[in-house]
Amino acid sequence: MTRIDAKFAALRAEGKKAFVAYIMAGDPDLATSAAVMQGLPGAGVDIIELGMPFTDPMADGPTIQLAGQRSLEGGQTLQKTLDMAAAFRKSDNTTPIVLMGYYNPIYSRGVAKFLVDAKAAGIDGLIVVDLPPEEDAELCIPAQAAGLNFIRLATPTTDAKRLPKVLQNTSGFLYYVSINGITGAAAANPADVAPEVARIKAKTDLPVIVGFGISTPDAAQGIAAIADGCVVGSAIVKDIGAGKPVAEVLANVAALAAGAHRA
Amino acid sequence: MADASINSYMTGPDEQGRFGLFGGRFVSETLMPLILDLEARYEFAKTDPTFWAEMDWLWKHYVGRPSPLYYAERLTKHLGGAKIYLKRDELNHTGAHKINNVLGQIILARRMGKTRIIAETGAGQHGVATATVCAKFGLQCVVYMGAHDVERQAPNVFRMRLLGAEVIPVTSGRGTLKDAMNDALRDWVTNVRDTFYCIGTVAGPHPYPAMVRDFQSIIGKEVRWQLAEQEGAGRLPDTLIAAIGGGSNAMGLFYPFLDDPSVNIIGVEAGGKGVDDRMQHCASLTGGRPGVLHGNRTYLLQDDDGQILEGFSISAGLDYPGIGPEHSWLHDTGRAKYVSITDAEALEAFQLSCKLEGIIPALEPSHALAHVMKIAPTLPHDHIIVMNMCGRGDKDIFTVAKHLGFDMKI
Ligand SMILES: Cc1ncc(COP(=O)(O)O)c(C=O)c1O
Repeated sequence: MTRIDAKFAALRAEGKKAFVAYIMAGDPDLATSAAVMQGLPGAGVDIIELGMPFTDPMADGPTIQLAGQRSLEGGQTLQKTLDMAAAFRKSDNTTPIVLMGYYNPIYSRGVAKFLVDAKAAGIDGLIVVDLPPEEDAELCIPAQAAGLNFIRLATPTTDAKRLPKVLQNTSGFLYYVSINGITGAAAANPADVAPEVARIKAKTDLPVIVGFGISTPDAAQGIAAIADGCVVGSAIVKDIGAGKPVAEVLANVAALAAGAHRA
Repeated sequence: MADASINSYMTGPDEQGRFGLFGGRFVSETLMPLILDLEARYEFAKTDPTFWAEMDWLWKHYVGRPSPLYYAERLTKHLGGAKIYLKRDELNHTGAHKINNVLGQIILARRMGKTRIIAETGAGQHGVATATVCAKFGLQCVVYMGAHDVERQAPNVFRMRLLGAEVIPVTSGRGTLKDAMNDALRDWVTNVRDTFYCIGTVAGPHPYPAMVRDFQSIIGKEVRWQLAEQEGAGRLPDTLIAAIGGGSNAMGLFYPFLDDPSVNIIGVEAGGKGVDDRMQHCASLTGGRPGVLHGNRTYLLQDDDGQILEGFSISAGLDYPGIGPEHSWLHDTGRAKYVSITDAEALEAFQLSCKLEGIIPALEPSHALAHVMKIAPTLPHDHIIVMNMCGRGDKDIFTVAKHLGFDMKI
């Protein structure tokens, strides 16, 4: 049982929905992003998605593209991201950390070495956008063997025929991408997403978390209500990009988390 | 040199879309069902005689194929060695080889019921070809082009707009081909139902590298019979040379000869200011290592942390930090050899072609020609080199004028 599994068991016992927050490691600099990360659990965040910057983030809109650029310009590396997670773990041994990003920096480091280092840093799961089930042998299977969850994305284009393949090697939770598009795009309507989530939940016992396009506490509540929780990314990253003080960033996160927890 | 354990170099890719280690389908889940559908539709089209009949008719009457295989006599005499033939794909409608592939993809898109076509472009030749075929068929066309390339390839931007395409300048990254491809992929995940992504080179997720290669292979197929016609039945080229951006004109020339062991195959990458550790070049095979970008595993210019580096070349069409996965495989197996040519060498070749043959070449094939200039003098007179003159240079005259210090404001 990973920290992710334990977290969902606890939330279920409390009858609460999960609030997942995404930030980009090293954005706008290492110290600020570490301070934001440190404050996320206190703001009500149940699971932290920690973005690994990449030069060519094909699934991301301008907000997260720019965050990645700021982070890389500040000298962020995969090692620094892992060190940041390890530092967080010294004071928090329960909040799950999911690394999210693209495959090349992991492939470049070497999958075996990456998995050992990630586990040692206290990472619980991975979301790697450009690794569909067709490429499971690359990282998904080795990650599960190393005791890390491999969290897969399902999308509106994942039809009934394909869904079993997507669910097959997924663990921790399933991330349902509510729209066809990139991060930071238009919000999804809960009424449209609800039947999609129901369709997926009919085929799996995994928690289904919905993300993409959620930017307000009301939207977080609306989406969390029809799923097991929701993810907010661009809205938080936008605050960080605007140079807001850490306390203000966290206050906005707390409002979003409260929205999801009202559901 | 070539790997003795390989019986044929023409059977790839495998079911996973791999050429050995390279290729694959490294895309987000949103796109996965789309590329599986595309693969199925292409597999069907490939064996459908009506598909190829439509292609052949358009190749002949719209593009002007076959393109000539031209014995470059003065160039041959000047270099004093091997006999040089130029495959004149610069004479195609729209001025480059790009339209060979665009026709195939657009016919497929029409058969799939897609109404909106998107493309990425570097030099603008693929964008112009796509805009052209979309105009012919009344399809909506959106072209992503790096802002830097929009500037240095202005004539092609205007051509695309005249042809009714929407050209979107891409400002992310350094504003070149790689960034245009990122934004085209972002468009595709957003508009999955009606949109067909027409990729301009042998890169991207499977089935693109194989599909684009198959459409471009008309180049090599023609060379085979054209050379036999001029040099006698059964005469094969001794050396094939082509420039490589993503590698589509090169794959088109090389592919039909991969299983003819007597044929030497040489791909020419853009060496920019020189292939050293300052990364002012685009020579992925000479200066890169395997990585994953734009849906496939291939040799990439990248730093120690797996971040992609921006290439550098005088030629917008070669300015890409990757290379088609099949080339990576041909490189590793030793079947093909890859070299690099600098901006300065390409500029010299550009001028030589103008002066000796009356052909203004694009900067991309000027790289191939520069390598011909290097090796032809060292080879015997009965050695036949076929070089792919894959594009004409009208689009490049402003860039060349600037480098030669010529004032275009007459
Ligand atoms: C004339 C010409 N040659 C070559 C290229 C490079 O592409 P590829 O390597 O796919 O042939 C381009 C690309 O724009 C081009 O316009």
